[in-house]
Amino acid sequence: MTTEKKAPVDLSKDVQKDASQLLQKEMIRGNYERLAQAEENHKEKVVYTFVPGNLNELVMCFDVVGNYPEINALQSAMQKKTGAYVMEAERAGQDEDVCTYVKADLGMMRKGNIGPAGKKLADPDLLLLSYTGCFTFMKWFELLRHEYKCDTTMLHVPYQGDGEITQSMRDYVVKQLKEEVIPALERTSGVKFDIDRLREHLRESAKAEDKLVQVLESAKLKPSPIDSYFGGLYYVGPTFSAFRGTPECTAYYDALWDEVNERIQKGQGPVTPEGVMTEEKYRLVVEGPLNYTHMREFWKMFYDEGAVVVASSYTKVGGNYEQGFRHDPDNPLESLADYCLGCYTNLNLPSRTKMLENYLNDYEADGLLINSIKSCNSFSAGQLLMMNEIEKRTGKPAAFVETDLVDPRYFSPSNVKNRLESYFQMVDQKRSAA
Amino acid sequence: MKCFIGIDLGSTTTKAVVMDEFREVLGRGITNSRSNYDTAAAVAKQEAFIDTRFTLLEREIAKIPDAAAKMKILLADLERNFRKTQFLEQLKDLEETCISNIAGARFAGVEDQVREIMLAIFKDIADAAHEIYGPNAERKSDFFRDVAGSRFMRVAEDMAKEAGISYELLMNVYDKAIIDVENRPPEGDLRGKFHLGLEFLMMENPNIDVDKEALRDAVNATLDIELEETYVVGTGYGRVRLPFPKEHIRSEILCHGMGAHIMFNGTRTVLDIGGQDTKGIQIDENGVVKNFQMNDRCAAGCGRYLGYIADEMNIGLHELGPIAMKAKKVPRINSTCTVFAGAELRDRLALGESRADILAGLHRSIMLRAMSIIARSGGITDEFTFTGGVANNESAVDELKKLVQANYGDVTMNISTESIYTGALGGASFAHRAVMG
Repeated sequence: MTTEKKAPVDLSKDVQKDASQLLQKEMIRGNYERLAQAEENHKEKVVYTFVPGNLNELVMCFDVVGNYPEINALQSAMQKKTGAYVMEAERAGQDEDVCTYVKADLGMMRKGNIGPAGKKLADPDLLLLSYTGCFTFMKWFELLRHEYKCDTTMLHVPYQGDGEITQSMRDYVVKQLKEEVIPALERTSGVKFDIDRLREHLRESAKAEDKLVQVLESAKLKPSPIDSYFGGLYYVGPTFSAFRGTPECTAYYDALWDEVNERIQKGQGPVTPEGVMTEEKYRLVVEGPLNYTHMREFWKMFYDEGAVVVASSYTKVGGNYEQGFRHDPDNPLESLADYCLGCYTNLNLPSRTKMLENYLNDYEADGLLINSIKSCNSFSAGQLLMMNEIEKRTGKPAAFVETDLVDPRYFSPSNVKNRLESYFQMVDQKRSAA
Repeated sequence: MKCFIGIDLGSTTTKAVVMDEFREVLGRGITNSRSNYDTAAAVAKQEAFIDTRFTLLEREIAKIPDAAAKMKILLADLERNFRKTQFLEQLKDLEETCISNIAGARFAGVEDQVREIMLAIFKDIADAAHEIYGPNAERKSDFFRDVAGSRFMRVAEDMAKEAGISYELLMNVYDKAIIDVENRPPEGDLRGKFHLGLEFLMMENPNIDVDKEALRDAVNATLDIELEETYVVGTGYGRVRLPFPKEHIRSEILCHGMGAHIMFNGTRTVLDIGGQDTKGIQIDENGVVKNFQMNDRCAAGCGRYLGYIADEMNIGLHELGPIAMKAKKVPRINSTCTVFAGAELRDRLALGESRADILAGLHRSIMLRAMSIIARSGGITDEFTFTGGVANNESAVDELKKLVQANYGDVTMNISTESIYTGALGGASFAHRAVMG
């Protein structure tokens, strides 16, 4: 145990939370309340959209409320609800191998669409699909369209197959924004598009993004004041969802940075659910999504061993800011296009490999860990190849664990713990042999 | 004398290895893991220390004139008789536990009769001990549960029929008692057991041409050596349950890598198939793990899979390999999922396919899965060492050899007769390193 609090803990209680975390919780509660109100009084129109490539700043220009199905699935998973949802979807004919985010959402819908906050979520008036490399998202909304029979629009974002964003790719996305997406949002909301409103939101976004990058890059320090995977999930929350572009989002990042900066001044490690980590023994880079059904148990396997995740690819699925991209009020539609094109799921394998290799070097990590989710093909296809290539390039050890996003049946604690412990001991063995 | 111990707590069996300060293996012990890991670890360690005493005894006997030439027979006979003594001690415990369990409403009116039958059954087993542990007797297992249980079942069935008493009633008494007895490791009175074993040996070989007093002295000299538990390292599936501090626990991946390196110095790739796990491990020239892959939470294609298939076919686990070797063809079994393979097995039997052929197909399917795990860990680099309980299965080895040849060409493939102890050996080596550096 390498945190200040030594006594055995009840994983369902005793969670230590930062002020910023509580602030975020309040923001999320507020959005769910809006969705519940929209269901009750139909005053606000509702747009369902996904995290990667989300056009939150644009959506907000139309006074509609956004609903993010993956966020609902992961929130429900943390509340241990998704096991029943997934089984409900399987009873309705969804196969065992189908993405469990999809099944959790469909299952929730079949059980009355009661959201994580315990209130019924409003049906969508518009399904806005910003396609950024995950084919399943398209099929998912196809299923929802069949169910809700509502208006649907798709922004087709070209895949970065050659590892770069060209002007023609950018133009293609901007053209669709002008000709497809904005008219669809105007149709749904009855609100006329105002580009100055968009610029204002983008200005707020850039401020929050600056702070987010500052927070994420603080992990280059030793000890790292943050965990960029488990903790990182919370840190990216507001910019990845319904809050990017709002003043409250900027305020969240100001508060977060103050907390992180305070830990930096004190030379402290990250805050875990059991307190501040006191010893940093392993610095890891993690590729792949999180497991939400057993997140605390999973995280504990790391911090109990003194392992800190200093960089992760998962915290880039809803926006890739470390290489310098910011939403730009002076080029509003172009920057929305660049944002979508740069999301992690839209990168090709060489780009992902290079990014992880850079993380290993820039963050002085001990090794790479891959959390592979079988039902998430957009992530898992090619992960072994990437792992082998990164090992070869950096000479640093890599390992592989397998869990799931929101299906509790696919988290085997003893198997995961066995692999992690083996990996940490492998790192030790390599260090002592060096 | 300093002893460094590695304990590998597997899902099926628990193994222990004792190593001396010169890194020489002195003893090995194995027991079934039961559902009680603490006891399994204690018993395996005790067995490894008994084996250590035999190794040390061999050194003492070597000093007796004329005895060295007969060493092999002497040691084998002594060990066999020692085992018999140990068996009789546990049998007595089992008998007393069974008798004390004959109480309560279920036995109303038949208590005396059941007690009498129980005494008769145990007398029969005790009488048969000389035969079970006879010079040329073959035992399918050395675990007390298996030896006593198979005889108990056979005798109880006949006696129950004869007396008109329910067989299930007798088995209930036995089932409850065996769990208690198994969780009470045999007492440590080694000196008594060694000497009793020696007396049995002398009774069996009245004309043995060795100085008997010198033999007794050798036994005493061996038992006088103090064996110090200098450092213990635990590994394996149940290692977190071991009552050791954290620094005494190592991952079985590291232990199997190191164990394979000690057994076969040129090893670069290790395949370990145990009860619950299949692991592909890449190691460097020092036995340091470079990479590994293992099965996910599903234990399909591991040792348990074979156990399940053996149960489905109503044959012993050790019989699977020999039967499969008689196959005329190897059908393609589609699934390594234990449940699906069970269904496929019944389908194929119903269609008239031979047991041998089906079993060969099943062995091939688990090896195909193992090959996939090895490939994911980085493929096979010469030399290749196969470890774990499944390495004792000749059909599994045969299929593996074919697949290795087809995929990687000529590769030296190492399999030790002691392969089941690989993890424990690695553990003992880490224990040695922790103290001796």
